[in-house]
Amino acid sequence: MIAIIDYGMGNLRSVHNAFKKAGREAVITSDREAVSRASHLVLPGVGAFSECMDHLRSTGLIAPILEGIQRGKPFLGICLGFQLLFSKSEEFGEHQGLDVISGEVKKFPDGKLKVPHIGWNQVRFTGSCPVFKGIPSDAYFYFDHSYYAIPEKEGVTASWTDYGIKFTSSVWRDNLFACQFHPEKSQTSGLKLLENFGGLT
Amino acid sequence: MLARRIIPCLDVKDGRVVKGIGFVDLKDAGNPVEAARFYNDEGADAICFLDITASHEGRGTFFKVVEETSAEIFMPLTVGGGIRSPDDIRKSLLAGADKVSINTSAVENPDFIRDAARRFGIQCIVVAIDAKRKQGEKGWEVYTHGGRKPAGLDVLSWAKQMESFGAGEILLTSMDRDGTCEGYDLELTRSVADAVKIPVIASGGVGTLEHLYEGLTVGKADAVLAASIFHYRRHTIKEAKEYLIKKGVPIRPI
Repeated sequence: MIAIIDYGMGNLRSVHNAFKKAGREAVITSDREAVSRASHLVLPGVGAFSECMDHLRSTGLIAPILEGIQRGKPFLGICLGFQLLFSKSEEFGEHQGLDVISGEVKKFPDGKLKVPHIGWNQVRFTGSCPVFKGIPSDAYFYFDHSYYAIPEKEGVTASWTDYGIKFTSSVWRDNLFACQFHPEKSQTSGLKLLENFGGLT
Repeated sequence: MLARRIIPCLDVKDGRVVKGIGFVDLKDAGNPVEAARFYNDEGADAICFLDITASHEGRGTFFKVVEETSAEIFMPLTVGGGIRSPDDIRKSLLAGADKVSINTSAVENPDFIRDAARRFGIQCIVVAIDAKRKQGEKGWEVYTHGGRKPAGLDVLSWAKQMESFGAGEILLTSMDRDGTCEGYDLELTRSVADAVKIPVIASGGVGTLEHLYEGLTVGKADAVLAASIFHYRRHTIKEAKEYLIKKGVPIRPI
């Protein structure tokens, strides 16, 4: 069973609906036991980085999440659930993340481009990440964020996106996948990604 | 490259689309869920529902509409109209909206925007500004209550204030142009787009595909919102996208 982790942040209903539409059954849960038992983990999230970390801590969900990742359960982080995997973020002062991926989260530089980066942008795949199967490289996905992640090792980057700067729009390592964009809001391509994720073992 | 967005906007009253939609191919053109599905299939980049219901019961119906829509449509959904408290925002998001658009209550209590941005994230806070040209002097004035009440605020300074309070986007409607089909107020749109760093959605006055093009180029808008041009099928979203792509505007193809 796919567990969508509910820690009080984010629009879980649309993620749940999208999995359903993609033909994959999922449950929304904040129960540590249920997270431990799940076959697949999904960590969504919107809002501020530090607040999301606080909620994760207070709900006691960090341990089962890290354990699941370590045991190689298919894991999907979305938007803030992607940023939280990194070592730290500079949003509202410096805050520690889950440090599953070495690197940091920074604000888009001041310049000509509008921040937040809102809308549909192209995602260029670096290799053959299994969740992208059947989706053409350079497909459009929906983004909505002001901060972007910089992994220490480029090898984890599963896709690049260009917004004034070229940034890592998703990462992939073993069974861990996480993306800055919102597959649950990205129509056909997004649903395909969720279907692919649900099919990982 | 980031694509410019085309956003159809539907006015909803007591759970029904008002201003009637001219689709012949819909079983029930007054059903907002069906209309949203139609636009989704046509390639819209987001959908906006504006609740113009006055009654309390109608509000509940509206949330139901949002709920049903978000169960079927996997693209960004903004809802506006009557958002007055954090609880209204929470209910909208729980029903499946991604963003809320706030106008009157932002003017009445600007701190509402600051608190809402902190609590729900700036990505979900759209500040809607209804702007009207000032008489006898330069600039535009902010209006509230569906355009009935002047707020005594200058549009440009208000837009900047809302940006600093945590608005993630500005939905800018020209009251002078709204309903005229004469095109966006390009001077207004451009002035606001230049004044703030957050994205600006142009609204009010679209009658032709060229107006969309002008809004995104001369007006420097990041997205264009339109109602009647699509509702009455003067043009389809597909036509609009093909036209803009041909003109070299970055657009997500269908």
